[in-house]
Amino acid sequence: MSQASRFDLPGTYVFDGPASRRGLRMNQLFMSLRSAANRERFSADEQAYCAEFGLTAEQERAVLDRDWKAMADLGGSIFYIYKLAMMDGRSMQYLGGVFSGMTEEEFTAALRAGGRKDG
Amino acid sequence: MAEVIWGLATSHVPSIGAAMDRGRTQDPYWKPLFDGYQPARDWMGEHTPDVAIVIYNDHANGVDLEVVPTFALGTAERYRVADEGWGPRPVPDVLGDPELAEHLVEHLIDDGFDLTVFQELDVDHGLTVPLSVYCPDPGDAWPCKVVPLLVNVIQYPQPTAARCYELGKAIGRALADYEPDLKVAVFGTGGMSHQLAGARAGFINPEFDAMYLEAIETDPEKLAALSREEYIRQAGAEGIELIMWLVMRGAMSERIHRIHQTYHVPASNTAAALALFQNGPEAR
Repeated sequence: MSQASRFDLPGTYVFDGPASRRGLRMNQLFMSLRSAANRERFSADEQAYCAEFGLTAEQERAVLDRDWKAMADLGGSIFYIYKLAMMDGRSMQYLGGVFSGMTEEEFTAALRAGGRKDG
Repeated sequence: MAEVIWGLATSHVPSIGAAMDRGRTQDPYWKPLFDGYQPARDWMGEHTPDVAIVIYNDHANGVDLEVVPTFALGTAERYRVADEGWGPRPVPDVLGDPELAEHLVEHLIDDGFDLTVFQELDVDHGLTVPLSVYCPDPGDAWPCKVVPLLVNVIQYPQPTAARCYELGKAIGRALADYEPDLKVAVFGTGGMSHQLAGARAGFINPEFDAMYLEAIETDPEKLAALSREEYIRQAGAEGIELIMWLVMRGAMSERIHRIHQTYHVPASNTAAALALFQNGPEAR
């Protein structure tokens, strides 16, 4: 695979073919949460809903525990992961804080101060 | 013949649309951004196109990861506004221009761009937010028809910046060959620097953004020569959306005239910008 030729950047997910293949079913689950009926079914029995979509045990654990970093590590695309976050009433600033090791307030303040820099 | 009258480069952050939909554009957080839009909105309001070609990407709303088209064009009569999970934005459905779209598909394929064709598509904030940046109060209908052109910027490998620029040039040639007299606006959407996930989340690069805003007018070849790695390194993982500005730029003349520009940090997690260009070297 082209993995070897692909660049790596510290602190950055490059959502590539292998990641997308690994995360496909989990991302399909996230996308399904756009509909209220599916959100209701998910909330009623999250584990059964994960099983229906065929998540791996690790992915299911990440979803049930709301381990956002693990979801991204296991092939979740941030735009898809965000569907679950929205359902929980979480903002993109909250997720940014989780990824960068800050509270939502600290992360929001860093953006309002002009954004974060490298290093 | 169809003629490009202006090009608009603009961020398409969903919260910009939400600020308009919820009447918050004069809140202290949003006021600087929307005040910055106003001169461009005034000018565009006096230069209404017949059709807008909107270059954008979907965000898990109209398209999923089962099929990942690199470049795709919509040929539908009408595009519904996508329900992204909160219910659709309270804006009109988008009317297409199937005749122009089919002309573009044929010419672009003959020109070496093997596009995917969408006959049905729900359009998400990537397309509707730029329309709202152009026209904040559309009433029952947007002021022009729309041809959506989607670019895969989410899954690596995205098309190269150089290929995006060449696609724009091919669009310019196809428009010059379109018989009906039509005024066309081209929207390049997305950007500017931002990164949503990973330890580098929240990354903003105002120096790169300033360079990009200038060079999109004066030296697009320089931007077309940047690698994917360079885009992601300099503009963040999601800042690679900026390659879509090059499709717009390619569809315009070699020389273009800057009408207005504004830049603001932040719109949510993103550096937001607008740059409006009249096609041709000087104001007419």
